[in-house]
Amino acid sequence: MFPPVRCPPLVRGIRQRTTAPSAGWKEQRIRELLDALAARVPAGVGRRGFVRIDRDEFRAVLTQGARWAVQHSYGWPEDLRRTEAGGCFVGARPECVSERAIERGYRQIGTLGSGNHYLEIQVLHADGIFDEDLARAFGLDLPEQVVIMFHCGSRGFGHQVASDYLHAFLRAMPSEFGLPIIDRELACAPFASQEGRDYLAAMCCAANMSFANRQVILHRIREVFSEIFRRAPEQLGIRMVYDVAHNTAKLEQHEVGGSMRTLLVHRKGATRAFPPGHPELPEEYQETGQPVIIGGSMETGSYVLAGVPAGEASFYGTAHGSGRTMSRTRARKLVRGHELRERMEARGILVRSASYRGLAEEAGFAYKSVDEVAEATKLAGLSRRVAHLVPVANVKG
Amino acid sequence: MSDEPGYEFVEGATSDLAFVAHGPTLEAVFAAAAEALLAATVEVPDSVERRERRSVTLEEPDLELLLLRFLNELVYLRDAEDLLLHPDRISVTQNSGARLESELAGERIDPGRHLLATDVKAATAHGLHVTPTSDGWTAAATLDV
Repeated sequence: MFPPVRCPPLVRGIRQRTTAPSAGWKEQRIRELLDALAARVPAGVGRRGFVRIDRDEFRAVLTQGARWAVQHSYGWPEDLRRTEAGGCFVGARPECVSERAIERGYRQIGTLGSGNHYLEIQVLHADGIFDEDLARAFGLDLPEQVVIMFHCGSRGFGHQVASDYLHAFLRAMPSEFGLPIIDRELACAPFASQEGRDYLAAMCCAANMSFANRQVILHRIREVFSEIFRRAPEQLGIRMVYDVAHNTAKLEQHEVGGSMRTLLVHRKGATRAFPPGHPELPEEYQETGQPVIIGGSMETGSYVLAGVPAGEASFYGTAHGSGRTMSRTRARKLVRGHELRERMEARGILVRSASYRGLAEEAGFAYKSVDEVAEATKLAGLSRRVAHLVPVANVKG
Repeated sequence: MSDEPGYEFVEGATSDLAFVAHGPTLEAVFAAAAEALLAATVEVPDSVERRERRSVTLEEPDLELLLLRFLNELVYLRDAEDLLLHPDRISVTQNSGARLESELAGERIDPGRHLLATDVKAATAHGLHVTPTSDGWTAAATLDV
């Protein structure tokens, strides 16, 4: 039996950066940075990206991913080394993507989105370090170091790809493949079928759009820091720790029953966590394992972890975020957005949000404890904790 | 449940936004679902004026897939043309499949006048249904945000 190709709703990921100017940070400076980031990284409904390209150039983005961005001066070559798959999933074919998806996506390069997407300024306190050696290897080694973490993906483009193929699969399942439809969200097609191959090629386009989107946002963050501190980004040392996607399906080599096999690994609600020595990791992470990021709620902070050999049991997949415990509708009933903002600011977390309603939906109480989730992944042998990062300012989509 | 058309957001899937719509006719329940999507996108749907019109005609094998396509068409028009749309006139017919003909009216997003809320990325098939009741029709859908 062929493995099914499921339609992940989108491809998105978390990027993380470190920055050198850690001494003398005052609230005013953070406020200045937050305002500039909120103004210059478009977020929320209907916003156009700051990268202006036409539909044909967008097709080049879909093929090349973050490489397109770096080639067009949105970033540094080392960024690609520190991005999953070098920022480009091989096998992307724009001809497998509908005109409607292109139409939705080509003006969204350089947008954060909304929902649970965010851009956060965080601080690494001394008591937040779990493993000094790994933290140093990841560049997290300055006292009270400031870190930027952001989460966004392929925006409406990826969703249009998923919606298009969901409908195509649902039509083909009973008639072409003789497959019963048990749950319409679990539409599938045989991997080797035309539909299956085309979907994988289109999903790679969505992954590449998300890599490019995050790469240009990284560049914009460097610009903002550079303008406020009046120094070049290189002098400020704003280096990326890692960019990794979640909600993807990828062909990978894994050992099963004593022999190496090519598997389609689905990481839905999960992200990749390769161990030390994995050939796909860059030289600087060969001894440490891959940096893994578990995003928590905007009130509670996030974790940086590292991939471990025991992760083989889960095909090197681990949690990608703390996960919600409560519906958005319930969260909105329990707190109003402007009250939450005041409460967070009183606790030292500044917020800029495109929507107060959206802010209320993302309240910390709507999420699981990120501490428990990070602990659980450690206990399960999926990754090891490196550092806990505390939020001081947040741009919400 | 009243026989007046309407919708309410319910505590469904945790990461998404679920709603239930109802109305005395199929047309009314499809219109209520479209209004629910608009209310998810903009906090005051009445602030969206009827300045531009679009016609959308769709055919699917059944009513559920028709509702899904209809909602996703509205999401597409918002992203591709910046349009926020009210349902103005809807007709739904069922023969061998299900067919929708609709007239939509609205305007382009204006952040100065529209208090924007959630960037709905897609309607999903999770919990999707369109069902007859004793006094009309009810429908449920989940919006991925």
